[in-house]
Amino acid sequence: MDALMLSRLQFAAATMFHFIFVPLTLGLSVLIAGMETAYVRTGKEIYLRMAKFWGKLFLINFVLGVVTGITLEFQFGTNWSRYSAYVGDIFGSLLAIEATAAFFLESTFIGVWVFGWKRLSPKAHAIVAWLVAGAGNLSAIWILIANGFMQNPLGYAIRNGRAELTDFLAVVGNPFAWQQFAHTILGAFCVAGFFVMGLSAWHLVRKSHEEFFGASLRLGAGVALVASILVAAQGHFHGNEVARIQPAKLAAMEAHWNTQANAPMYLLQIPGENGENALEALPVPSLLSILAYNDPNAVVKGLNDFPAADRPPVTITFLAFRAMVGIGTLMPLIALFAWFKRRDLGKYPWFLKLLPWTIPLPYLGMQAGWVVAEVGRQPWIVYGLMRTSDAVSPVSGGQVGFTLVAIVALYTLLGAAGFFLAGRTVVQGPDAAH
Amino acid sequence: MLETIWFLLWGVLWAVYFALDGFDLGMGMLKPFLARNEFEKRVIYNAAGPFWDGNEVWLIAAGGVTFAAFPLAYAAMFSGLYTALMLLLFALIIRGVSFEFRSKIDSPGWKAFWDGCQTVGSFLPALLLGVAFANIFKGLPLDQNQIMHGGVIDLLNPYGLAGGVLFVLLFLVHGALWLTIKAEGDLRERAAATAAKLWPVLAVVIVLFLAYTFVATKLFDNYFLYPALFLILVLPVGGLVLTRVFLAARKFWLAWGASAVLIIGTTLFGVVGLFPALLPSSLNPAWSLTATDAGIKASSSPLTLAIMLGVALVFVPIVLGYQFWVYKTFSFPVTQEDLEY
Ligand code: HDD
Ligand code: HEM
Ligand code: HEM
Repeated sequence: MDALMLSRLQFAAATMFHFIFVPLTLGLSVLIAGMETAYVRTGKEIYLRMAKFWGKLFLINFVLGVVTGITLEFQFGTNWSRYSAYVGDIFGSLLAIEATAAFFLESTFIGVWVFGWKRLSPKAHAIVAWLVAGAGNLSAIWILIANGFMQNPLGYAIRNGRAELTDFLAVVGNPFAWQQFAHTILGAFCVAGFFVMGLSAWHLVRKSHEEFFGASLRLGAGVALVASILVAAQGHFHGNEVARIQPAKLAAMEAHWNTQANAPMYLLQIPGENGENALEALPVPSLLSILAYNDPNAVVKGLNDFPAADRPPVTITFLAFRAMVGIGTLMPLIALFAWFKRRDLGKYPWFLKLLPWTIPLPYLGMQAGWVVAEVGRQPWIVYGLMRTSDAVSPVSGGQVGFTLVAIVALYTLLGAAGFFLAGRTVVQGPDAAH
Repeated sequence: MLETIWFLLWGVLWAVYFALDGFDLGMGMLKPFLARNEFEKRVIYNAAGPFWDGNEVWLIAAGGVTFAAFPLAYAAMFSGLYTALMLLLFALIIRGVSFEFRSKIDSPGWKAFWDGCQTVGSFLPALLLGVAFANIFKGLPLDQNQIMHGGVIDLLNPYGLAGGVLFVLLFLVHGALWLTIKAEGDLRERAAATAAKLWPVLAVVIVLFLAYTFVATKLFDNYFLYPALFLILVLPVGGLVLTRVFLAARKFWLAWGASAVLIIGTTLFGVVGLFPALLPSSLNPAWSLTATDAGIKASSSPLTLAIMLGVALVFVPIVLGYQFWVYKTFSFPVTQEDLEY
């Protein structure tokens, strides 16, 4: 394989791994800050114990997010140097702002959070928790503005053989980026909600620490309910934006080949890669037109009307989108049941036993969503402006291949160790010494 | 003008990174030699505990600023030094994780494994950063398309290795001095004795490195052109001398501060010598990547530089402010009750 393909694999592996940890960091940090605030407000010991217990899991997750993030920051230069040279004027400054405005805050105060339990008042400690949570979410804004530029480039002009900044506010105000931000944060709250809910249910089934995990489960269920309804609702508008800005991606998401008005959506569909699908059955008339443009008569452009060189891979994009939407439909149902029965879930042991198994759902939704966004953007690294094949560094395939293997091996080991430690922490429960 | 300001800020960010992360990398390297028992090992981890992550962000910021202000230099440097940077990355990864994971399981094998990760993960960055910067001082084989020729082995030339040794020693002394602040009793005494023993070695290496730099690089050209610049040497020389003086007087905070000045001064001395090149080309000076028009101009557009300057002027002082507060809040020696890692 050549350096291009290997770099793509390496970038995909490294980002997807980073994004296993990021959503929980974003969502759980806010919940923990909330628990500490509740403790300050009410003085009830249980909230402090909650903050500490969920905080332990948070920290294991957090450190893996930090170390895998550094890889990504480096990779733009190591693997995509032509890209970096071409759009660095805009993209580089967004990463630099993220570091100075958000990472410093987050990483400095996480240290204070860990070491500050005895040195700070509960109130000061709660403020530190909010700083960490706020900084994490702030970093998400900046990185998604950077990614938004790749999805929908704005505010630049081509000068001196590269994209130069002409309008900073246009870059920062990129509507596509803000859709991505809203969607990603809501997804992150789904992750945190299902995480807290599922692990609490695991203890409730075993009747251990019932008060503690009952309260945790109710919190998790509330968050999961609100977030999973909102992520699906907002996802619809996000889809409208994709239809407007990246019509080829939309067509790939639905494996839609032929331009037509009143485009139907097929409930059963097996995509193909060359001009038509392998199977289309159970059409719902005009549904695709409605979903994409809120209008049953709208014309939806099909992939056959894009030059073959400008089409994204269809099968992957399609399957990932279906997976995400499927999960997006399932999650509100689960959360709804959990929320309405939250006071007497003990009567539904099957449901409590099921809940831990729902933890992976939002994780898979997040990963699938990024596959839609990133694979669906191909063959462009910056939509309409630069092709991925023109972006790769002049390095040898051997070097990239070697580091790809090393990254995957190292990450697998670290991930396994982290999973093991988190599992132990859960089993030990809230009152373990360390 | 903006380009020149950014060139200096670029140097300052690297300098601050070395001065801050330098001590926790140094402690990581010293731990196997200084800690005699489990408690002392944990003291060393916890002496870095509240700070290491915030320190490491200075590296991310230095990298980010290279990307933002000098995209061509970022592209050439990171792709050209591919293997070295990946090694650096792996080292930082295992080091970061070892902080969080080590104390979670009470098994000697588990702890020994993460201790090893901490040591390797501290030594490699110190060495690699020194090798990388020495090679930059010397000039890299960059062609007219900003493509670097030669591999990681070529970086391990005598001057590059001398830079590696210099950085390792600077960080060792810096780390030992931090331990004199954060440890008590025996461990503190051992740390102070280690710093005192390493100091003459460091002093000799610095002098030799300066002489070698005079022979092997063009770093002194700027200084002979504007002799007033030699005043910068006050920082490293003064820092070096005061480190020893304060150490002897057992004023540990001041000794550590002097060592920080030494590290910052050494970096700035090199960076000012480089100006205006970020990455000098050893093949042809016209192919150097520079902040100004002297070679291949690597800078971002004036608009980007202006916006970034605004961002830096607002946020860097704020960051320095709260990091200072954190250092003050956690400046006490680590005791049994403070062990979180
Ligand atoms: C939506 C959120 C999001 C996305 C899409 C990304 N990240 Fe991330 N990143 C975070 C949200 C985040 C975070 C939640 O803020 C993390 C996780 C743990 C942490 O400390 O901060 C983080 C950590 C983190 C760090 C370590 C910071 C530290 O030491 O504190 C770096 C260098 C990056 N990221 C860089 C990147 C790059 C270059 C990305 C693009 C490819 C990227 N991240 C995608
Ligand atoms: C963290 C969540 C993310 C995930 C899981 C993710 C996933 C992926 C995947 C699967 C690919 C491979 C696509 C392909 O080559 O077919 C990719 C490519 C890429 N993504 Fe992302 N991505 C994420 C966020 C980002 C962000 C925030 C940025 C930029 C700010 C970004 C920039 C890129 C770049 C530069 C490539 C490589 C070029 C390419 O293959 O298109 N990604 N990503
Ligand atoms: C029925 C519900 C959903 C709809 C209609 C929907 C819609 C979309 C669309 C259209 C995109 C592509 C945007 C792009 O190309 O950049 C997307 C991306 C994404 N989705 Fe969803 N989504 C839904 C549910 C979910 C769920 C449940 C999750 C996770 C918990 C999730 C996580 C993501 C993520 C992380 C991305 C990539 C980031 C982004 O582009 O915003 N989505 N979603």
